[in-house]
Amino acid sequence: MPIRKVMKANEAAAWAAKLAKPKVIAAFPITPSTLVPEKISEFVANGELDAEFIKVESEHSAISACVGAAAAGVRTFTATASQGLALMHEILFIAAGMRLPIVMAIGNRALSAPINIWNDWQDTISQRDTGWIQFYAENNQEALDLILIAYKVAEDERVLLPAMVGFDAFILTHTVEPVEIPDQEVVDEFLGEYEPKHAYLDPARPITQGTLAFPAHYMEARYKVWEAMERAKEVIDEAFAEFEKRFGRKYQKIEEYRTDDAEMIFVTMGSLAGTLKEWVDKKREEGYKVGAAKITVYRPFPVEEIKALAKKTKVLAFIEKNITIGLYGAVFTDASATLINEKEKPLMLDFIAGLGGRDVTFEQLDEAFSITRRALEEGKVEKPINWIGLRKEIL
Amino acid sequence: MAESPFKADIERAQRELTEKMTPGAIVYIPGSSVINKTGSWRVFRPEFHRDKCVRCYLCYIYCPEPSIYLDDEGYPVFDYDYCKGCGICANECPAKAIEMVREVK
Repeated sequence: MPIRKVMKANEAAAWAAKLAKPKVIAAFPITPSTLVPEKISEFVANGELDAEFIKVESEHSAISACVGAAAAGVRTFTATASQGLALMHEILFIAAGMRLPIVMAIGNRALSAPINIWNDWQDTISQRDTGWIQFYAENNQEALDLILIAYKVAEDERVLLPAMVGFDAFILTHTVEPVEIPDQEVVDEFLGEYEPKHAYLDPARPITQGTLAFPAHYMEARYKVWEAMERAKEVIDEAFAEFEKRFGRKYQKIEEYRTDDAEMIFVTMGSLAGTLKEWVDKKREEGYKVGAAKITVYRPFPVEEIKALAKKTKVLAFIEKNITIGLYGAVFTDASATLINEKEKPLMLDFIAGLGGRDVTFEQLDEAFSITRRALEEGKVEKPINWIGLRKEIL
Repeated sequence: MAESPFKADIERAQRELTEKMTPGAIVYIPGSSVINKTGSWRVFRPEFHRDKCVRCYLCYIYCPEPSIYLDDEGYPVFDYDYCKGCGICANECPAKAIEMVREVK
């Protein structure tokens, strides 16, 4: 029987890693993710997890050790956040290019400067082009579940790409919630024993990994990474379906809430989805046809699901905790590109919110609502990007 | 004339290796880099003057590739398929028996 424990998302991530039985964990402590490797090191020290726990001198080394271990043919795990993830940047491309199914937990945190340890998604969003699959968890249970699903997808022969699972700093990493820990046997059945088919170290079958590719071959290697990420869309749906069958919890690339007759749909990711759904209930009580949608899978971008969402509504508004300096938020930009060739598309708005751990309140959502409603009434968008909850008085 | 020690590898690699891109650009045929003839990178070519050679083997020892083999009499043989023309052999040769000559194409 699965047991329920009250725990932080960091502990849930450590539990997920324990259940997945990685052979190598290499990690470097960083706020707000430190507890993830700390808890795992406890599991290893107690003999509850049979794995090598490598204490490294930086995040660059942590992910490099995971690349080496994964290339040698074992399941690996690491965790980081913010500056640590940024320090891993160059190796993230290498992990994806070498097609190593490493899984990493991220406590989504803002990037310096100014130094800020609190939540936004700038760290993972900034890694969107590296070839890593990206999941975003709404709560602690999702943090655990999505890590297991991440292994399932990453290790699928049709995919073979690394995956990261993000959960919001402090809002989830340091907040306790009841989390169901699945049975080890069921997880074992779900994930299976890791059998490397492409990346391994075996003197009897020598191979060369991490090769040099001249202009005559590089593009094809990159194309295959892109193609694998496209294939991941289908594999993720299959993994979600199998997860639901075995564990009873349903996941979708985009989860919709009260969208069927919605004139305005607000889209977000991570823990903000919880706030948003409650706010939608309030708006519905006030008589507005408002819906919410949560993006669980950001890479590969859920193109078809965004198109389906767009067909349902007159205005699609994105509330996102990141900003591409020089343009808009990344989610809005990606969704806009997705819809560019559609004959009929909704008006689209982007709201930048909650950067560096600022709470996104109902008042701020109401601010977004009034701008969205005006666009709906006027049938046009004056300004696609708006920062909400901005303290204009100190600017 | 000494034979390339890579001959068997070259033949095997040419037989087994395909250009088909694998996941992660992994190469499954060991030693297959021998079919990549790096001699085409060369700008200067070592010209060997047998009459000056004292058979000290320094060129053979210092060649980083290695693309210098020894024939039955102990004279060096240059493998122009892989020699990149680095000039180390000419630099090390105490008898000045190796001359670096610009490649003309």
